[in-house]
Amino acid sequence: MMSTAPALSVRSLRKAYDDIIAVDGLDVEVRARECFGLLGPNGAGKTTTIEICEGLLDHDGGTVELFGGNWEHDADALRQRIGISLQETQLSEKLSVRETLTLFRSFYDHPKSVVDVVALVQLDEKLNARVGALSGGQKQRLAVACALIGDPELLFLDEPTTGLDPQSRRQLWDVIDRFRASGGSIVLTTHYMDEAERLCDHIAIVDHGKVIARGTPRELIESLGAEQVIEFAAAGHTPFSIEALAKLDGVRAARIDAGTYALQASELHRAVPAVLAFLAANNAALTELRTHSATLEDVFVSLTGRHLRND
Amino acid sequence: MIDRDQKPRTPRPFRDSQISQLTLVRLREFIREPEALFWVFIFPILMAAGLGLAFRNRPADKVKVAVVEHAGILPPLVATRLAADSALIVQVMPADSALEALRIGKVAIVVIDTVMTEVTYRYDPAREESRTARLVVDDILQRASGRADALTARESHVTERGARYIDFLIPGLLGMNLLGSGVWGLGFALVDLRRKKLLKRLVATPMSKAQFLASFMLSRLVMLVLEVVILVGFGVIAFHVPMRGPLWVLAFTAVLAAFCFSGLGLLISSRVKTMEGASGLMNAVMLPMWILSGVFFSSANFPVVMQPFIKALPLTAVNDALRANMLQGASLLVILPQLTVIALWTIGCFALALRLFRWK
Repeated sequence: MMSTAPALSVRSLRKAYDDIIAVDGLDVEVRARECFGLLGPNGAGKTTTIEICEGLLDHDGGTVELFGGNWEHDADALRQRIGISLQETQLSEKLSVRETLTLFRSFYDHPKSVVDVVALVQLDEKLNARVGALSGGQKQRLAVACALIGDPELLFLDEPTTGLDPQSRRQLWDVIDRFRASGGSIVLTTHYMDEAERLCDHIAIVDHGKVIARGTPRELIESLGAEQVIEFAAAGHTPFSIEALAKLDGVRAARIDAGTYALQASELHRAVPAVLAFLAANNAALTELRTHSATLEDVFVSLTGRHLRND
Repeated sequence: MIDRDQKPRTPRPFRDSQISQLTLVRLREFIREPEALFWVFIFPILMAAGLGLAFRNRPADKVKVAVVEHAGILPPLVATRLAADSALIVQVMPADSALEALRIGKVAIVVIDTVMTEVTYRYDPAREESRTARLVVDDILQRASGRADALTARESHVTERGARYIDFLIPGLLGMNLLGSGVWGLGFALVDLRRKKLLKRLVATPMSKAQFLASFMLSRLVMLVLEVVILVGFGVIAFHVPMRGPLWVLAFTAVLAAFCFSGLGLLISSRVKTMEGASGLMNAVMLPMWILSGVFFSSANFPVVMQPFIKALPLTAVNDALRANMLQGASLLVILPQLTVIALWTIGCFALALRLFRWK
């Protein structure tokens, strides 16, 4: 289809609103045919970044290139080659799915057919339904269909599954998989770690307008040096020393969060007995014990001390 | 930039072009909003019908007269004489009731005849109907007492079509309707698109902004034909409102007015983000014109010092031009000053709106 030049290249991007710095020297490179995720909590600067890349916001510093072109000189050509789903667009409720897609189709030089796109997002049966009669998940898939109708090479999805139920999220993930299988590149923002793990080839973890870690999901999790996380709570004790917990056999790091202790461990069969022995030695009773494989959430927490979602 | 194969736009039927799709969407959104249909098409007709009936030309009202009764049993002679005239309704009542009736406006004048050769009229000279009543009552009583007319008077009655209130009203309502549809039609639709972030979404596509704005104009023109035909047609059929001027001048004026008020709507919506903000601004712009620009009553009622300002308002120019065309049969040349005012407003609004308009 085209050379191996990056689909998107962002260098030292800066953007300030009045006195708030939203994006603070951010670098991102998205290769052709990959799915790239910007993962971070609300307010990290993800939406500002993606809207600058989409040519919808001006930036104060740095460069943004799409397919080697930029928004100053190549805006019309770029608009033909990208598809966009914004975070909170409300499509007109009084139009049908077909009418909405036919409208968006009219803007592009080489669009897909409405029937093909509707099949891609599994809205075939809703073709003649009014947008107002669609469920949240269906509306979101229609929004993605509007992004796909121009047959784009690069798709921008800003929080595509926020507020959707699990089934709707999986349906949207399938749509994204199919687009990628057909050779497209994707940039998406999310604050769901499972979504980023499931969809993305590469991830940049963003906090306070900066990339604080980047790599494949696998690399990021391995950077913890611990594949497992042990969480426990205990009754009848004064708070334990975090330093003491971190020194237990098989434990790499420890922290406390709302009364629950979280330990990163590489080997559960050594760490769990050590934790139990520690509790017995401190005369404390175990009230909760969970272990799970380390996730991107744990990566974020270990980097910032905060959770991705504060709800 | 690394190009993908630069092929020309895939050919497609006109129906699938941007301009026709954008215009179709505008019209669909409008006809799928029953409330909008009511306000644009039904409400002006109800208003014309209501006001037309309320202020229709009726035979002159009868003058209501109170005569103060005497202590005796027989009604006063004055009352008998006045009651013989069909233009009067005469009531005989005690003095205090008569004064009360005068005070609350139930009668126009109170007649008191204390002495045989003298009569007292009690009325408020500031009330027009009371002054008329005094003339009529006095005329009857003087003649009954033996006064002879020195001059023979003949009467010739006319009801001129084009001079009635409904004739004045229909062009005014048309102007007001054009103002409302332009300002609301464009203003609300654009602010709604901005509020829903749909404007931002559209700007993120290769959509042509010029064609986007043109689609609003085109849909306005389609609606305009319906608005004018329905309201003017109703006036002509139900009230025989005259259409004395050339039709093409009426059409030209209406189209120019529609562009002007669309420009006003565009200007109002150029920055506003909320419906409440838009609503307030629209009312602030339209309300003064509804009052000043001669919709329901002539703008000549306002003081002379205000006239240059009132004449410069776009709705005044539109109403004056429509009235001159429909009622006086004015040619294009005669209404050129009004058309110039409308054209200047159109250019000014669009120039300013396109400079201020926020797409993102």
